[in-house]
Amino acid sequence: MPLLKRREFFLGSIILGLVIAIGFRAPVFVTPESLLNIITDTSFLFMLALAQMIVILTRGIDLSVAANLAMAGMLTALASRAMPEMPIVLIILLSTLYGLALGIVNGALIAALGIPPIVVTLGTLAVYRGLIFVVAGGQWLTSDDMTPQFLAFPKATLLGISSLVWIAAFVIAGFWFFLNETRTGRALYAVGGNPVAARYCGIDLAPQQLLVYSIAGSVSGLCGYLWVSRYGIAYVDIAQGYELTIIAACVIGGVSIAGGVGTVSGTLLGALFLGIVVNALPVINVSPFWQTAISGAIILAAVIVNARAERKTGKLILPEARLLAGASK
Amino acid sequence: MVDEPILRLDHVTKQFPGVRALHDVHMALYPGQVTALLGENGAGKSTIVKILTGIYRPDAGAIHIGGKLQSFSSPRDAWRSGVSAIHQETVMFDDLTVAENIFMGHMPLRSGKRIDWQLMNARAAELLKSVDADFGSEVLLKRLGVAQKHLVEIARALSHDSRIVIMDEPTSALSAREISDLFLIIAQLKAEGRAILFISHKFDEIFRVADRWVCLRDGEHVGEGLIKDVEPRGLVKLMVGRPIDQVFPKKKIEIGEPVLEVVGLSNPTEFADVSFTLHKGEILGFYGLVGAGRSETMQALFGVSKATAGVVKLNGKTLAISSTADAIVSGIAYVPEDRQVQGTVLPFGIRENTTLASLHQHTDKGILSRVSEQKITRKLGGRLSVKAAHWEQRLNELSGGNQQKVVIAKWLATSPKILILDEPTKGIDVGSKAAVHEFMGELASEGLAVILISSELPEIMGMADRIMVMHEGRIVKNFTRAEATAEAIVTAATGGGHHAAA
Repeated sequence: MPLLKRREFFLGSIILGLVIAIGFRAPVFVTPESLLNIITDTSFLFMLALAQMIVILTRGIDLSVAANLAMAGMLTALASRAMPEMPIVLIILLSTLYGLALGIVNGALIAALGIPPIVVTLGTLAVYRGLIFVVAGGQWLTSDDMTPQFLAFPKATLLGISSLVWIAAFVIAGFWFFLNETRTGRALYAVGGNPVAARYCGIDLAPQQLLVYSIAGSVSGLCGYLWVSRYGIAYVDIAQGYELTIIAACVIGGVSIAGGVGTVSGTLLGALFLGIVVNALPVINVSPFWQTAISGAIILAAVIVNARAERKTGKLILPEARLLAGASK
Repeated sequence: MVDEPILRLDHVTKQFPGVRALHDVHMALYPGQVTALLGENGAGKSTIVKILTGIYRPDAGAIHIGGKLQSFSSPRDAWRSGVSAIHQETVMFDDLTVAENIFMGHMPLRSGKRIDWQLMNARAAELLKSVDADFGSEVLLKRLGVAQKHLVEIARALSHDSRIVIMDEPTSALSAREISDLFLIIAQLKAEGRAILFISHKFDEIFRVADRWVCLRDGEHVGEGLIKDVEPRGLVKLMVGRPIDQVFPKKKIEIGEPVLEVVGLSNPTEFADVSFTLHKGEILGFYGLVGAGRSETMQALFGVSKATAGVVKLNGKTLAISSTADAIVSGIAYVPEDRQVQGTVLPFGIRENTTLASLHQHTDKGILSRVSEQKITRKLGGRLSVKAAHWEQRLNELSGGNQQKVVIAKWLATSPKILILDEPTKGIDVGSKAAVHEFMGELASEGLAVILISSELPEIMGMADRIMVMHEGRIVKNFTRAEATAEAIVTAATGGGHHAAA
């Protein structure tokens, strides 16, 4: 625990320092509206990074989340165009179910057939992207194809906070509860930390895999509708490459690619960090050509810091070393 | 004596590809009694444990518990039927807390199916107290030492409140005091009417705690009875299938001049003040409990990890080893303990594995010579009598014993001056074991200096010219072949003047 907490404190301090530093260059950046805007913008990343985190906890990876999001978004937009009367609750549910179905495909291939997650999700990424083109007949759906209520929902506010942020808050609370308060949630740490030991405890990998890819799919599906309605457009390439940003948020937040290590708070801080960097660069007049390179460099720096923190320490064999470690726990 | 067994295994058979692990084995456990399961490595003891804990399913045969036929399809089924186990390898979760490790898979819940953290931590603390642990329940497991982790494993087995407790070498990493504590726990479990299956290589322990014994050899049941009716010598004979004195082909070899001198080798957490001298033609044994720092010391010598203080001299010249490549060039070879992970590249063939550490010898202007590789592979493979269809056969198609021979061949191909063997016969069959021992003796007689790390007392006593005993990262005692007795070695290794045996 102390190591993780220390990491979160460290990351939190960096974020605070970053915000203050940018505030000196561009005071407009630190106004409440601007900060709330960043949170709203980063809501997708919060939700998707948590979904990715539970996959990574089991030593997996889901590269298909952004493709899933685009596919579920397109299908939902098509359904809404066909049935303009559909209530918003049903639209959200439908989008989530589309995502769930695509997630189950991943989970089944990985859990039942034992194919490595990176191979499966790289394949389904291409399949889902391709299918978007097929189901939409190659056309783009713009805000003209969507009903006003379909478009209005993500912009609606409650207590001055957009529905997008509210939904993200619910999803975050759900993940926190699941990972910290349920047996299944803790079991994810077990299968990722040591699959053999988990088996000895009666926890098999396959059902856990099916579960995490299904959850990742559902969250992607939910984000599909929200994304399409927020930006008022659905086409093949939406959220193209976003899976890499999502994975980067996890890694910056201290999720170990080797599995079994990661916290909700760490991942959220990782996502927030990226959200701030992406939003701040244009504000401080960094050329768009540089922005991608700078984001990349920052991600690399964060990974290096992580790797150093995880550096293997020696075993505690000498009695004096054990005492020391015990005292500093 | 209670005559009604609580658990009965009948006609149990288990087959693995190419290996018959168990054949028509029967066994019974009685409430309030400790049954010792005896057998050499590879005799089928672990398979029995894995069948009883639901990790393997037997191909044939029946398990009855309390008179009811059982069929375990997962470890969960096993503990629901009242069987729990302390496993030989500590199978645990480094990044979780001690309490989570103890209750993983059966965490206590409160309303709403939520984990009851308070209750869990409190119950874990109670269990830890009952095993006399000196750490809290909310510490991360990776902060603990090997012996402490073992206590967690014991606490986990107790957490199931099982009628049947399996202990697979529970003392291999414990100190004398901790072993005494464990025996108190066993006495209490017996008093509560639980049945215990106790697996150990140490006869003093078996004779101290067990009421009954069952012996396996090569996967078959070769005998059983009451402990009070037998003597250790008879049991050994039954286990090995021949008198023990014939097992070790130790040759009388003239010990030559010093080759390797190590003075004050230290590392901040793993070992301290390790000093010894290794001579030409000598087999120097390193004995100790699992986790006593033997492998770590050797890994530092071999450049896998770093020593922070100390001097290493090879033939009088001080060595600065900062990588394994340095060590290999200097003439040090290390055959690691974990064959599958550290020793072999399983999808590679025998030839590729054999030449892996000495590729430069088979290279001409940067291009590998297959002919030269084949020559050395045939030579060493033949000498070690590796049993394989052909020299290109993939390692994962060979038995453990033959894999180990290939690992040894790989290091001999580097023409070393010093060969470090870390548990070279762990988990390999009796035949291969004898071949490895024979070969070790031969190498020494050719003037190679050998360091043998082993946790098997007979092997160390049978093969080594001198024996260094390590405890908690330090050499606490050394014996010549003549003065070594099993009792003295074990006393030193378990850390003390007060010996655990009765």
